Amino acid sequence: MLGLLTTSPSGLEQLWFGLITVLWLGYFFLEGFDFGVGILMPFVSKDDLDRRVTINTIGPVWDGNEVWLLTAGGATFAAFPLWYATVFSGFYLALFVILVALIFRGMAFELRHRSSASAAAWWDRAIFWGSALPALLWGVAFADFVHGVPLGANATWTGTFFDLVKPYALVGGLSTLSLFTLHGATYLGLKCDGDVRDRAQRVARWLAPVTFAIVTAFLGWTYLTAHSRHEVGLVPPLLPIAGVAALAAVGWMVRERLEGWAFLGTGLVILAFFTTLMLNLYPNVLVSSVSPSDTLTISATASHRYTLEVMSWVALIFTPLVLLYQGWTYWIFKKRVTRPGATSAPVSTNV
Amino acid sequence: MGTIMGGISTLSLARWHFGITTVFHYLFVPLTIGLGMLVAVLQTAFYRTKDPAYDRMTKFFGKLFLVNFAIGVVTGIVQEFQFGMDWSRYSTFVGNIFGAPLAIEALLAFFMESTFLGVWIFGRGRVSERIHLMSIWLASLGTILSAAFIVAANSWMQHPVGFSIDPVSHQAVMTNFWAVMTNSTFLLAYGHVLFSAFLTGAVFMLAIAAWHLRQGHDLAGFGKAARIAIVATLITAVGTMFLGDSQAKQMEQQQPMKMAAAEALYNSAYGASFSLLTIGDLSGQPIFQVRVPHILSVLATNTWNGKVQGINQLQAEATAKYGAGSYVPVIWVLYWTFRIMVGLGILLFVVGGVGLWLMKRKRLEQSKHFLRFASWMILAPFVANSVGWIFTEIGRQPWVVYGLLKTSDAVTIIAPGYVAASLVGFTSVYTLLAVVEIGLMIRLARVPTPVLSDTEVDALPELIY
Ligand code: HDD
Ligand code: HEM
Ligand code: HEM
Repeated sequence: MLGLLTTSPSGLEQLWFGLITVLWLGYFFLEGFDFGVGILMPFVSKDDLDRRVTINTIGPVWDGNEVWLLTAGGATFAAFPLWYATVFSGFYLALFVILVALIFRGMAFELRHRSSASAAAWWDRAIFWGSALPALLWGVAFADFVHGVPLGANATWTGTFFDLVKPYALVGGLSTLSLFTLHGATYLGLKCDGDVRDRAQRVARWLAPVTFAIVTAFLGWTYLTAHSRHEVGLVPPLLPIAGVAALAAVGWMVRERLEGWAFLGTGLVILAFFTTLMLNLYPNVLVSSVSPSDTLTISATASHRYTLEVMSWVALIFTPLVLLYQGWTYWIFKKRVTRPGATSAPVSTNV
Repeated sequence: MGTIMGGISTLSLARWHFGITTVFHYLFVPLTIGLGMLVAVLQTAFYRTKDPAYDRMTKFFGKLFLVNFAIGVVTGIVQEFQFGMDWSRYSTFVGNIFGAPLAIEALLAFFMESTFLGVWIFGRGRVSERIHLMSIWLASLGTILSAAFIVAANSWMQHPVGFSIDPVSHQAVMTNFWAVMTNSTFLLAYGHVLFSAFLTGAVFMLAIAAWHLRQGHDLAGFGKAARIAIVATLITAVGTMFLGDSQAKQMEQQQPMKMAAAEALYNSAYGASFSLLTIGDLSGQPIFQVRVPHILSVLATNTWNGKVQGINQLQAEATAKYGAGSYVPVIWVLYWTFRIMVGLGILLFVVGGVGLWLMKRKRLEQSKHFLRFASWMILAPFVANSVGWIFTEIGRQPWVVYGLLKTSDAVTIIAPGYVAASLVGFTSVYTLLAVVEIGLMIRLARVPTPVLSDTEVDALPELIY
């Protein structure tokens, strides 16, 4: 039923590939740190009050952050229906795990402080696993987009779940897991005070070099294999190199306790990381590991011109508004979160 | 497409999957929409009058609202992705049109409700009172907007407009976005859905306030809440019935088979009667029936002797138009869901009316029977909402997009084992959530917000979560 034409994408289609990239970047930048905070919660807290301090740093914002994912999903459905249909049916079990993880995590934030101590302990596990599993699996999925999945003719899947967990994809998953955790650590350093802040900074100091090793390996692998397959896409070597350099700088900043800069740094690494992958993918959206002619491209999966035009107007008008009020909430809640009664230590350098 | 365990197909698993997750999502959605607005009203009353009773009610119902909101959000995430997972051929076919409102819903509505709700939860005492009040109104507006886009998408499936079929890709392609957003089906359905959501919030508030009044808790506060809820129940019940009635007439034009099936009317009839209930089967030869003459014709056409088309004639027409096959949905489901919904609508209208009468005679707090009955009514709107959607969606079968795409052609081509695993998984997770959630709701609903004397200050907790 599908006329898979391989023509080069029109300007409007390129724009929408770009916008969807931006939505995913926004999602990973923002939810990245709140996944990180969720993963670190058990390790930076000594008691229940510490855990509450940790969770309250993301309390007002995590739900808004998650909407970036919903927007990315909805926009993909509208702008690239076949991409949406193929990815989410193909990554069936992985997506199922992500969804269940997000369900438990979201419930846990809202319910743990209303529960008994023993139930709260279960919600705490939900927060940890509900953050760690998606942090890992998103990396696996994006690596698979680039290196290919068993996709046959007419966008039908020929493989199984296990075709999705290849070494390259696993390293991709470990990259995002470590990167988001580090991002969460720098966020906690910036957003809370007292013991939790100190512990988060201690974690960041040893986690930074580990993350550096994994991410460098992954980006190097991506770049080299892209070359050997003559599928460089648009990737200029500058971008992954900038990402790796920023990561090295983060290692230094966390040592120097430049909290604001370190957080900005981990954010930039995330942006460079995913931009590299998306540019590498271009002009495809999902690579077939079975046969190159079955690879899905931007133009073969895109919606018609009229839909894209309508969507462009909506995005043009409303995205600035959303950015404005989301930015405003970060501004309102800019104060560090502390344990009740504690006097805050002098605040060091901030961005 | 394979089958497992003696022939359970991917299709039927996917249908159960969609039905269960969506009905579950929709248990919480109308309460979010309805209670969100009512909490905003209570907070506005406090802002204006500075009467602490309103403040207590805002906090009390606000807490219940938040617990409910959380589960609405997490189950909604599943909704956003399951089209791609289970209905990939559907997604490919409709994405040009269906995807747009979904994406716009996220951009316009979900950002708004989640962001301003964050401000509302964490902003008490940190932002000015006026901004705090504005944030609950904006969150409420977000929920109302979100319903608009999702119902527009759903109405397009009921009555496709503003599109053409691409001859090469065989996809539905949008040609007129304005037509999609002003679809006649959508305008009525949106009104009905909004009114029924507000009705849900109002009955919920009434039921809980009535319980506390019966226990003698905080009469000042719950007395006010009950009065607001009674007025809201009455107004929204009228709106729900009025719009539902208009929908029935439109349905006779747009989806006559749904109407015929809802009445198990096998042969076209003029001045058709409406059966209140049937014992026996619905095959056309019932054992016992209570019938009201002419009412079906009035309901469907607004005239005493109007013609209502029958299942047999419609089936013949559809075969001539679309080819061989059954175009008759499951009749008993439509027959009973329609009656339950309409019956509960009328019942809630009566509850609102009696409540208003007691209010006028200043006997509300004393009428133990009414208060007890009103408390039990808490279940009614949830049942009515679920059967309403089940009626709408099953009545459209065998089509998923009316007249264009059959449900059997919409499902993902995937081994049934995947869908079965996901079905079992989500059903277990949702059951667990329901137990935790309802337990917590009951616990919170039983404890009134304490009445503070003038000298006590309401200490702000420094950590909210
Ligand atoms: C609360 C209930 C509810 C709500 C809010 C919706 N539906 Fe529906 N839908 C059902 C309740 C339902 C159902 C009654 O549960 C069906 C009919 C049979 C089934 O298994 O699920 C169904 C079926 C159904 C199916 C295929 C399965 C089938 O027909 O058997 C699709 C693809 C949709 N619907 C799509 C939608 C979309 C896109 C909606 C929103 C925009 C939507 N439905 C709202
Ligand atoms: C099958 C179609 C549906 C899809 C794809 C869908 C999608 C979603 C998603 C992704 C969320 C989470 C948003 C967040 O994180 O804030 C959500 C919540 C919500 N949805 Fe749905 N939804 C569907 C049906 C409906 C219907 C029919 C309505 C209204 C009439 C509705 C109204 C809402 C509202 C008000 C919320 C806010 C959260 C809450 O319920 O507590 N949804 N929905
Ligand atoms: C006398 C009262 C009522 C009448 C005549 C009525 C009529 C209808 C009709 C005809 C439909 C189907 C529309 C279609 O398939 O195109 C419908 C759907 C629905 N009803 Fe009702 N209804 C009534 C009461 C209620 C009540 C009390 C509630 C809930 C509190 C409710 C909730 C719904 C919902 C959620 C839907 C599905 C969404 C839609 O298609 O609008 N209804 N109703």
